[in-house]
Amino acid sequence: MSRRRTWLPLGVGGGVLLLALVVSVAVGSRTLSPGELLGGLRAALDGLATDPSAGVVAARLDRTAVGAVVGLAVGLSGAAMQGLTRNPLADPGILGVNAGAALLVVLGVQYLGLSSAAAFVWLALAGGLLAALLVYAVSAASPGGATPLTMALAGAALSAGAVSVVAGVLVANRGALDTFRFWQVGSVAGRPASLLLDVAPLLVVSLAIVALSGRVLNAAALGEDLERALGQRVQLARATVALGAVGLAACAVALAGPIAFVGLVVPHLVRLVTGPDYQRVLLGSAVVGPVLVLLTDTLGRVVMPPSEVQVGIMTAVLGAPVLIWLVRRTGALR
Amino acid sequence: MTLTTSAGAPAALAVGAVRSARRAAASRPRRVLLGLVLALVGAVLVRTLLGDYTITAADAVRILVGADGVPRGAEFVLMESKLPRALVGVLAGLALGAGGATFQLMARNPLASPDVLGLTMGASAAAVLTLVVLGGSGTAVAVAALLGAAAVALALILLSGGRTGSTAAAPTRMILVGVALSAMLTSVVHWVLLRADVYRAHEAMVWLTGSLAGATWPQIGLLALVVAVALPLLLATSAQLHLVELGDDLAHGVGAPPRPVRARALALVVVLVAATTAVCGPVAFVAFLAGPTARRLLGGRSSIAASALVGAVVVVLADHLAAYAIPEVNLPVGVVTGLVGAPFLLWLLTRERSTS
Repeated sequence: MSRRRTWLPLGVGGGVLLLALVVSVAVGSRTLSPGELLGGLRAALDGLATDPSAGVVAARLDRTAVGAVVGLAVGLSGAAMQGLTRNPLADPGILGVNAGAALLVVLGVQYLGLSSAAAFVWLALAGGLLAALLVYAVSAASPGGATPLTMALAGAALSAGAVSVVAGVLVANRGALDTFRFWQVGSVAGRPASLLLDVAPLLVVSLAIVALSGRVLNAAALGEDLERALGQRVQLARATVALGAVGLAACAVALAGPIAFVGLVVPHLVRLVTGPDYQRVLLGSAVVGPVLVLLTDTLGRVVMPPSEVQVGIMTAVLGAPVLIWLVRRTGALR
Repeated sequence: MTLTTSAGAPAALAVGAVRSARRAAASRPRRVLLGLVLALVGAVLVRTLLGDYTITAADAVRILVGADGVPRGAEFVLMESKLPRALVGVLAGLALGAGGATFQLMARNPLASPDVLGLTMGASAAAVLTLVVLGGSGTAVAVAALLGAAAVALALILLSGGRTGSTAAAPTRMILVGVALSAMLTSVVHWVLLRADVYRAHEAMVWLTGSLAGATWPQIGLLALVVAVALPLLLATSAQLHLVELGDDLAHGVGAPPRPVRARALALVVVLVAATTAVCGPVAFVAFLAGPTARRLLGGRSSIAASALVGAVVVVLADHLAAYAIPEVNLPVGVVTGLVGAPFLLWLLTRERSTS
């Protein structure tokens, strides 16, 4: 019974993920017939540029790969953050991690002249970590403690402050604005799959940490008293997991820019099926995250022809109602 | 008999002490308001006369009354740059400060200001959509901003009412709903920015940061009209609002029915915030900052008039800093208010029991 309850949803999830991958390659603003698609796919994989649909298919393959990795990173990051902070509203966007990461990336572009994702990823990690620390410190120091409300507000304040600094930089520099306005919305379009190699070191380490963090997160769910009784190594484990969660968010920001609300929504969707056990929640988030990003990205390509709506905008517009629903469902949110 | 006479002297002393304490408490708001008015006058003088192009007070007066013998440059700088910016700053600050304080008073929560709740973002998104996508301008943008802010206000009321939980939990829920709406509207604005060409986008970006630089004299006139009508009405409502703050039942008892009072205040705030946003964009955190600052100045009492003045002083001084703090760089005012406001909000979070 227990085995079936684990494997059946996982099998279904895997099937849906496969379907999302296929749909992401097959559907786009330019309609291709199945024949063209297969021809383009073969040509793209052989590296031939002669086939007219090869370019389209190659671009879609790239954005599918990037989208899947971003979804994986953001989904897992959100799950780990919700577990660590015991906050159902935790998400790299809401907690200000995305804004902190974006701020340092912009400063790096402007003042250090950086331009590669390999450099972005470390700046994003540093900015994300600083933001996470600040938000947690502020909300923990508030009289009510680190509640979902104080965390969300500290995150919103930090994001607004970061936006002001970014605006100050961009207003003085029209060239940077032209680059940044395409980056700030969060998009997987036009990101070559080779970017994945640039972020690979941090991505792999963070993925490993978060994937193995189920026990730590389950312990965190038991409450602080029990944790304190368990002692110092729990603190170390929690700090490591936090580092991994922020690392994943930083990778996603470096790859695609800030993607809102995916980290918030994915674990809640997963919990509907798996229940509260974090080992299962993490596994499920690793499947549902990519599915959600790929499907919203595909939807964004066709929702407003002939132009595309970037995935970061799609997730914000679709995710905000989910956040509102969560706020209403959880009632007073003490 | 002997008891009363022996107790008479200390009793008289006590009565005198209470009376003088009451008088001091009553005169403190007056003194604070006077101080704020003086500070505002000072800020406006600094903004109009100082900076990289200094104008003497005598010249300024001569320009204003239309006398001859003033350098042409001085007249241009004063009438086309400094004076409009100072005036818009005053008007925007008054409107935002009063609007913020009213919301904070109604929600009984310092975090519930129109900018945190997404009202300004609603006005911005509607205005930018009209400006860039529909190609509208002037009045159309102002009307769109008004509709946008009103739509967000309506959504807040509908969505934070909720079936679960008591009414006491509503401000908390309203703030989180506002944060969600803000995030959504911000992404809509970003999307619009992507569709514009880079010059239009740069223009929109400056406006979106909150800037006093783009205001024209007709816009200033319109904003002045809105503030001149809505602000006194809001101040007239403030006594009833304070009663409503005591609780719905009590408010009914003393003749301030909560629903109409709240609805009127809400409508006035929406108009003030939308008009300001239509002219100078979402100037970050002023609505949020003004209320708690005025409260601190007044020793714990909230006052919409004092908040309005604090807002005006903050905007005018922030604009002066934004224009002249870094040589050769003329930043929008929103950069400065955002930089000051974000740490202030974080600090406030560590101080106030915001969730109760």
